[in-house]
Amino acid sequence: MKALLFLGCTVPVRNLNYELSARKVCQALGVELVDDPALACCGYPLKGSDQGHALVIAARALAQARAHGLPLVALCSACAGTLAEAEHHLAHDPIAAEAVNKELEPLGLRYEPGVKATHLMRFLLNEVGVEAIQAKMTKSLEGFSFAPHYGCHYLKPSEVLGGLEDPENPQSLARLIAATGAEAVNHPRLKDCCGGGVLGADEELAGSLAGAKLAELDALGVTAMVMVCPFCNVMFEGQQKAIAKRMDTKFKVPVVYLTQLLGLGLGLSPDEVGLKLNRVKPKELIKAFKE
Amino acid sequence: MRLNDCDPGFKHQIAAEPGGAGIRVCFGCAACSARCPVGANRPEYDPRRIIRAALLGQREEVLASPLIWLCSSCYTCGEVCPQGVRFTDVLTAIKNLAAREGHAPPSARITAELLAKQGRLLEITEFENEKRAELGLPPVEQRPSDFQSILGIAPQEQDAGEGA
Ligand code: SF4
Ligand code: SF4
Repeated sequence: MKALLFLGCTVPVRNLNYELSARKVCQALGVELVDDPALACCGYPLKGSDQGHALVIAARALAQARAHGLPLVALCSACAGTLAEAEHHLAHDPIAAEAVNKELEPLGLRYEPGVKATHLMRFLLNEVGVEAIQAKMTKSLEGFSFAPHYGCHYLKPSEVLGGLEDPENPQSLARLIAATGAEAVNHPRLKDCCGGGVLGADEELAGSLAGAKLAELDALGVTAMVMVCPFCNVMFEGQQKAIAKRMDTKFKVPVVYLTQLLGLGLGLSPDEVGLKLNRVKPKELIKAFKE
Repeated sequence: MRLNDCDPGFKHQIAAEPGGAGIRVCFGCAACSARCPVGANRPEYDPRRIIRAALLGQREEVLASPLIWLCSSCYTCGEVCPQGVRFTDVLTAIKNLAAREGHAPPSARITAELLAKQGRLLEITEFENEKRAELGLPPVEQRPSDFQSILGIAPQEQDAGEGA
């Protein structure tokens, strides 16, 4: 099984633990990730002010995936969502697709409907399946508890996702956590937005969105929060200290990527899944898994 | 509000933008506002109020308002709207109009310039690729030329071209 890896802008610079563990997990599950250095930005950062150009940039990536004849898988939920939304939009709007193709022509690219663009987690869920993933686990994470953070763009807009999952009652990440033997924790603020989308415009506002969830999880005392998006990670891990300070409190909620957990379950070492690079380290987990 | 400041064409202009057409069917129920996480933290931010002001044709007030840039793009409003209005998309249409009239925050221009210069948001230097190599990760490159072509921004003299 093969897929074209869409790294995006953030992951290959700031989230090497995510990239490393994602690549290793895919390898262990028999999924070959193909790299293409021409893939870069998904267009999302431009959308708010210039969605016309954002769409052309997303279509460029879709056209590149088509040239490879492979599905496109992203590690970032904003990338995955933007690419899937662009595909949804262009596949249903031939006039928009023609307009986009005029812009892509000088680049030697052409968009055609039918490219599968998705988040790596959804790809693994759909193409490998939870049961097959569970069957490959060699180490159990029993005794640990994790709070999945789905994030908004992993679940919504629901029409782009095509009914794969109910955004009001998401299950997929909890199922993957449970596949490692660990407990997936449900809690009132499970579906809260990380606030990352507004960090650039209003840091305090973004921090209060993430802070409420962090405080709840701190009180619950989970082993770690589990992410599938580098933007959510910026808020919950990168900004955690600043948020606690602004809330005039102290909390330390460890943050891991789901691929890191899956990797540990698949028998990889804490170093192999890049746990050294996590900023709010899941100490219990590292202790339990180091040889 | 002075009625002669209102622009009845504003809603049509929004509806003509990609994603903006939903504004036509909003019936003002405020289901969006009730679930908006930004509104919960900042009561002055209210999706329904923004959409009503737009429908009333308060063009300048809406486009120049700093509030329109506070949406976190969480898509919650669209999931709960009984009319199928995708408020996030309607607001994107509004923000795009605002940007064209010079109301975008400076970060919007900087983002476009970075993409034209680097082909990505974050710069890739030797340092990044050394760190990647230490972990056994393949190098990443900057190929800005496609982005310059798409955005119509010419490369700058000093640091032009296919930096890699
Ligand atoms: S939920 Fe929909 S119909 Fe109701 S106010 Fe919001 S956009 Fe309008
Ligand atoms: S997408 Fe924006 S307006 Fe809609 S609920 Fe989220 S923050 Fe509020």
